Amino acid sequence: MTSVTDPPQGSFRLSMLINDTRYRSYTFQFIALAAVIAFMAYLGINLVRNLAAQGLNISFGFLGDPAGYDINQRPIEYDSQSPHLRAAMVGVLNTLIVAFLACLTATIFGVIAGVLRLSSNWVVRKLMAAYVEIFRNIPVLIWIIIIFSIMTVSMPAPRAFRGDAATSSMLFESFAFTNRGVYSPAPVIDGLSGWIVVAVFIASIIGIFAYRRFATKKLYDTGQLLPTFWPSVGMFFVPVVLVYFILGRPISLDYPSLQGFNFQGGLHLRGSLIALWLALAIYTGAFIAENVRAGIQAISKGQTEAAASLGLRPGRIMNLVILPQALRVIIPPLISQYLNITKNSSLAIAVGYMDVTSTLGGITLNQTGRAIEAILLLMLFYLTISLLISAVMNVYNNSVKLKER
Amino acid sequence: MSDNNSVAFVRTETLPELPPPASQAGAIKWARENLFSSIPSGILTLVSIYVIYMLVTFVAPWIANGIWNTNSLAECREILDGATGACFSVISERWNQLLFGFSYPSELYWRPGLAFLLLFVAAAPVMFFDLPRKLLIFTGLYPFIAFWLIWGGTIYTPVFALLGLAAGYVVYARFVKDSFAMGFFGGVIAAFIAWYIGGYIVGAIAPAEPMLEAVQSRNMGGFMLNMILGVVCVSLSLPLGIVLALGRQSDLPIIKWICVIFIEFIRGVPLITLLFVANVVLAFFLPPGTNFDLILRVIIMITMFSAAYIAEVIRGGLAALPKGQYEAGDSLGLDYAQAMRLIILPQALKISIPGIVNVAVGLFKDTTLVSVISMFDLVGMIRGPILSSTDWNGVYWELFMAASVLFFVVCYGISQYSQWLERRLATDHR
Repeated sequence: MTSVTDPPQGSFRLSMLINDTRYRSYTFQFIALAAVIAFMAYLGINLVRNLAAQGLNISFGFLGDPAGYDINQRPIEYDSQSPHLRAAMVGVLNTLIVAFLACLTATIFGVIAGVLRLSSNWVVRKLMAAYVEIFRNIPVLIWIIIIFSIMTVSMPAPRAFRGDAATSSMLFESFAFTNRGVYSPAPVIDGLSGWIVVAVFIASIIGIFAYRRFATKKLYDTGQLLPTFWPSVGMFFVPVVLVYFILGRPISLDYPSLQGFNFQGGLHLRGSLIALWLALAIYTGAFIAENVRAGIQAISKGQTEAAASLGLRPGRIMNLVILPQALRVIIPPLISQYLNITKNSSLAIAVGYMDVTSTLGGITLNQTGRAIEAILLLMLFYLTISLLISAVMNVYNNSVKLKER
Repeated sequence: MSDNNSVAFVRTETLPELPPPASQAGAIKWARENLFSSIPSGILTLVSIYVIYMLVTFVAPWIANGIWNTNSLAECREILDGATGACFSVISERWNQLLFGFSYPSELYWRPGLAFLLLFVAAAPVMFFDLPRKLLIFTGLYPFIAFWLIWGGTIYTPVFALLGLAAGYVVYARFVKDSFAMGFFGGVIAAFIAWYIGGYIVGAIAPAEPMLEAVQSRNMGGFMLNMILGVVCVSLSLPLGIVLALGRQSDLPIIKWICVIFIEFIRGVPLITLLFVANVVLAFFLPPGTNFDLILRVIIMITMFSAAYIAEVIRGGLAALPKGQYEAGDSLGLDYAQAMRLIILPQALKISIPGIVNVAVGLFKDTTLVSVISMFDLVGMIRGPILSSTDWNGVYWELFMAASVLFFVVCYGISQYSQWLERRLATDHR
């Protein structure tokens, strides 16, 4: 039944390059490639001529020169004599810190708001709708600046905490909200025994997951239902508390205290960090809330009813039937929201938080005048993060893809 | 059936219906179902009401005591005398700077204002399909009218820009019957030639005293700048996004990879880095001596940015169409351009409308980022000239509230429109 549709044989004519479908695609691709190459070459020639005219060159040597500026939030050792590369590294770490904190908090806000938007309670429903609409429709830059202004303008100065007639006091004697940032107690891990406690804590969390997995497997294999809630609580607290007291309380809290004009000790969260963190979290939380709502609504009511007719209890319906299906819808947009948080954290430059945009793309760029190199590195950094997160997302999508037939 | 054998009492008519019990009707029933259906729900209700009460008692007196007619913060604080109250007078005194920036000539405010009003006329036929199609002619002319109104200068500039487009269209219409590619590229080349020649003619015949006084690009600012960037970049990025999406779905590997690399690169970097490029790097890649407006450079970068996102949205729409639609086009003997224009794109774009509107709203919000590269848009005006002026140093909340309200009204309006459109276009063939 196949019919042979051999094209008429004939000698090759030049017009076939445009009119013959066999060759036309090659012609178009060749033209497109030539156009792109020509455009790139044009930009490149301009670049070379401009650089020559200004006596500049492209070189990454400036990364080794002393940076000569201070960074107030230093996750790794850094001083003004450190090279620009190290300043950029500090910026990268600060970006990752604020992005991580904001992702975590935004997820919490988003899940709570998304679930409550579907609540049967009218007031709560409307309140959450107002939250989502207000925060989604106002630019994140404005939110960052508003929260930064609250942190720096509305908070009391440290001296308000001093003396008998202090106008401000610390929350629980341990948290101080000042216009220079928030001071909170910091855990001090004392030597090896302290780290052992930390290790035990992490091990017990892994243990909880392992136990839950074991319980599920046992349920599926033998039908025997093991209790999970109380054993989990027990595993969470008992080993850590035991080790903590056996090793002689090796972890203590360092409380901030007012000394001179400022608070000393404890953990100092600067206003810029808090502004960026909270603004990104609340803003993105509103978007995540919509994703969560859409994900839950995407699961048809028949699923709930089917599960109920099998005799499952409401908690198990949620855990075993609704959530696994809803997560498949929720997680991909959730991950792209994480990506958005990471990219939006570059707005740090608006409030002076020293992330990689402020160090490498801000002060380093202005001091060295190496605009092309600095922005190239900056873009490469963000591109790497995006591609990494996209790769994670693809792996996840493949793992939860509906396996049909 | 005798009279003395009668039943004591027989009701002959039905009783009137009693109202339902108080707990099952009206507000009480509603409250029981919607506010206090269970104990946790009741607690949530009370907590929410408390939160709302706190917010209202905190904000209401501040707004109600607002002062609208002073000339500086100090004066306003004097009148308030320690009481809670807002100094909205910063808005009534500086509204022009918030809307138009601080160096747009104040006697010319009617021009951007008129352009803004005409924007609704131009957008109406695109947004509402019931309006007469002839209005689209005005939509087509609007960019030139708006440019002339806002920037002023000689009217020959927009007229010749329009003539260039017309020349391109004439060439396109002449050659498109032979081949779409010939018509398209011929049209583009014709338009560029016409613009090139037009540039000389405009330079030669432009009057020294144009009808509308010219305003420099660097004098644009305030919310007007956000609107300009938002409207221009969204409209420019739509066609570019469609082209990129088609390129990414194409069978031709080189074209596909060019589009993939462009889209993924743009989507992988924050807008701020692209704005940095516009601000400091772009000049290196242009011929020595060229120096064009920062606003134009920013428009180029933001357009590329939003085109990449719109391309992804449209790609989703293209991918969602059943393969049968593509095959139907082929079986009718349509070539690629015809199949796309007549069959694929109308359906794909319809599916993508909500996504495109989302991108547009996001882009409009992102136009505030230009304040970081020291352009004085709404946020830039607030943080720069207004907050640092001696009169209004320290009046944060009123200004931020004004900016938030402006953005909220626009963005919420657009998203409500998009939901209406989605319902309107829903055909429910899935």
